[in-house]
Amino acid sequence: MNCLSLIRLNAGDHGKVEKILAGSAATKRLYEMGFNTGARIKVLKNDSGPIIVCLGNNKIALGRGLAEKMLINIEH
Amino acid sequence: MGNTIALVGNPNSGKTTLFNALTGSNQHVGNWPGVTVERKEGEVRFRDKVYKVVDLPGTYSLGAFSEDEMVARDYILTGNPDVVINVVDATNLERNLYLTTQLLEMGVKVIVALNMVDEAESKEIYFDVKALSGRLGIPVIPTIACRRQGLDDLLAAASIKIDSAKNGQFAISYGESIDTKLITLKSYLSKSELAIPLNWLAIKVLEGEEYALRIIKEQEALQGSTDFRSFYEELAVHRDEYQLDIVDARYNFVNTIVKGTVSRPAEPKTTWTDKADDILTHKIWGLPIFAAIMLIVFQLTFAIGEDVLGESMAEGIEALGEIIKSGLVSISAPWWVTGFVTEGIIAGLGEIIGFIPLILVLYLLLGLLEDSGYMARAAYVMDNIMRAVGLQGKTFISMIVGFGCNVPGVMSTRTLENRKDRMIAILINPFMSCGAKIPIYLVFIAAFFPKHGGLVLFSIYFLGILMALIMAKIFSKTLFTGEVSHFIMELPPYRKPTLRNVIRNMWDNVSEFLVRAGTIILTVVSALWILAVLPVGVEAYGPESILGRVGSLIAPIFKPAGFGTWQAAVGLFSGIAAKEAVVATLGMVYAGVSEGAELVSTIRSVFTPLTAVAFMVMTLLYTPCAATIAMIKKETGSVKWATFAATYTFALGWLMAVLVFQIGSLLGFA
Repeated sequence: MNCLSLIRLNAGDHGKVEKILAGSAATKRLYEMGFNTGARIKVLKNDSGPIIVCLGNNKIALGRGLAEKMLINIEH
Repeated sequence: MGNTIALVGNPNSGKTTLFNALTGSNQHVGNWPGVTVERKEGEVRFRDKVYKVVDLPGTYSLGAFSEDEMVARDYILTGNPDVVINVVDATNLERNLYLTTQLLEMGVKVIVALNMVDEAESKEIYFDVKALSGRLGIPVIPTIACRRQGLDDLLAAASIKIDSAKNGQFAISYGESIDTKLITLKSYLSKSELAIPLNWLAIKVLEGEEYALRIIKEQEALQGSTDFRSFYEELAVHRDEYQLDIVDARYNFVNTIVKGTVSRPAEPKTTWTDKADDILTHKIWGLPIFAAIMLIVFQLTFAIGEDVLGESMAEGIEALGEIIKSGLVSISAPWWVTGFVTEGIIAGLGEIIGFIPLILVLYLLLGLLEDSGYMARAAYVMDNIMRAVGLQGKTFISMIVGFGCNVPGVMSTRTLENRKDRMIAILINPFMSCGAKIPIYLVFIAAFFPKHGGLVLFSIYFLGILMALIMAKIFSKTLFTGEVSHFIMELPPYRKPTLRNVIRNMWDNVSEFLVRAGTIILTVVSALWILAVLPVGVEAYGPESILGRVGSLIAPIFKPAGFGTWQAAVGLFSGIAAKEAVVATLGMVYAGVSEGAELVSTIRSVFTPLTAVAFMVMTLLYTPCAATIAMIKKETGSVKWATFAATYTFALGWLMAVLVFQIGSLLGFA
């Protein structure tokens, strides 16, 4: 499997949420916003600020601290 | 009163727009999560029946993550709405149906408004509405709230639902282990008399929601049973795992609903929102663009509000004052009536009304930014800076709201989930220079810096932001230590602002300002007028009047800041009641001046450019108005924090004003 922390992905990369290693409240919130296991995301932007990902038709900005704790199974 | 309809939905689902469309009420649509922090109500007439419509805060879930969620959850559970309309964003069906699933778990009567189907179509997303409705087991009505389409169908479905029997038992499988636990738990719960749906409560207990756990704790019969206690302790061990399994199960359910009923392109189309975001959230250009937008907002406010509209308004008031004065003189009213009306009321209101155009323009522009979806980007580009002072980007939104008025500014911190963020955001909000302070700056700008109005105004605002950031840093290092919270924020697509929403929002704010002007400010001005002419026989507004003596008592405090006159002291003092009263008070105490131009020339003779700057800095930073202090008390739930906010701001304002004056004097400014 090809799993990477979201923070190490580049703009244009896409994959499925594999696991979230944040605290239980933050993890639940992410799940409820649609980042549940298997959800497909695409990275739109990853520079110095929060990371912007595309989830379904949504754009969501995620703080870098949080992005670090999200493992993504990259698809090619 | 007829039946009650509650509106529930995700942030940015168009729920507030639907509420406006249904009720035609004055309400406001925002693009950042959870702008509807207050419960809003309206009425809609449909087929000779009147329905009460309650707009609940936008939420992703019905748990206890933020106060918004709790408000929505509590209302649905205990407010007894006759039907719940779940507003669903058609372009984001899965995530929105997650909330629907929770509503179904609660067993309430619910119908779905599949909103923004036009936007979905433009993204090539199509629905089999009938199949969707069949699988969910509840009516699904396509709507386009902003164009008022589908409203009749929606209301018709709602009225049928109200009259129909309750939803049947809704059951999805959460996996074998959880399902067994649920059954056991429900059999325990059924022994106690609870007013809440047991199925829902049992799920919430497994999810470990505080709210549900508290209910269990209060059940003495359950707590007395050793069987239950050992079962319950066993649950607690697996809570984290259950929590996520339940969320997953809900999404699995949603996926089975969506499969085959929704068709969409394999790759979402690149929209112009994406292209705009490339620039507006750019790592280098994002911030300067934001700063430029704010500068333009203030320049326009100044140019249109003050120069074009404000002057003609002021002239009108002046003329009106003259007419009333000559009327009173011609009927030979006693001196104190004429004095009170012309010097107290007309002068006081005149000063205020003259500034209405300015506030109108400011709210119009801020409303446009908000409605277009830009505010979420502002939070995004500010995240790094806010993080440096121990906060997160979303905090900046409450600060921008504070530019209009600190009362909603403080209120808007409710969307911040973390207590540290929230407390700091509340405490620094008063440094965001509110609309009511603008008139004060304008008088001093007109007196000393008429050529550089926009720039001076921008600098004042900038200083306010700077002080807020510095204090935030200090607070996060001292009073509220702890981790910086996570930033999760939706960036809604840019939308063309709906003129109706923007104008409604503007009108709401301005009418609130007018009501305040008509009550608090008038009271303050009247009280000050009485104090200014008593005891009988003293020179009105003279230093011998009660007002003068009180002012003289306070004045020495401000001596080191260069404006140690009793008039200035009285002016600042009235500002603690309401900032709108300051200019009116200054107008009165500087020899009963009733006209704008006269006040400006008096100010020019009493102040110097340097003391004017010191006074403006004091005005910017010192104690917020009574309404804001009251809101701080309400939101922090503590008199202690409200008192702290009122005093530390005063101390800081004084210190900065003194620094400005002393350093300015040393450098040779006057």
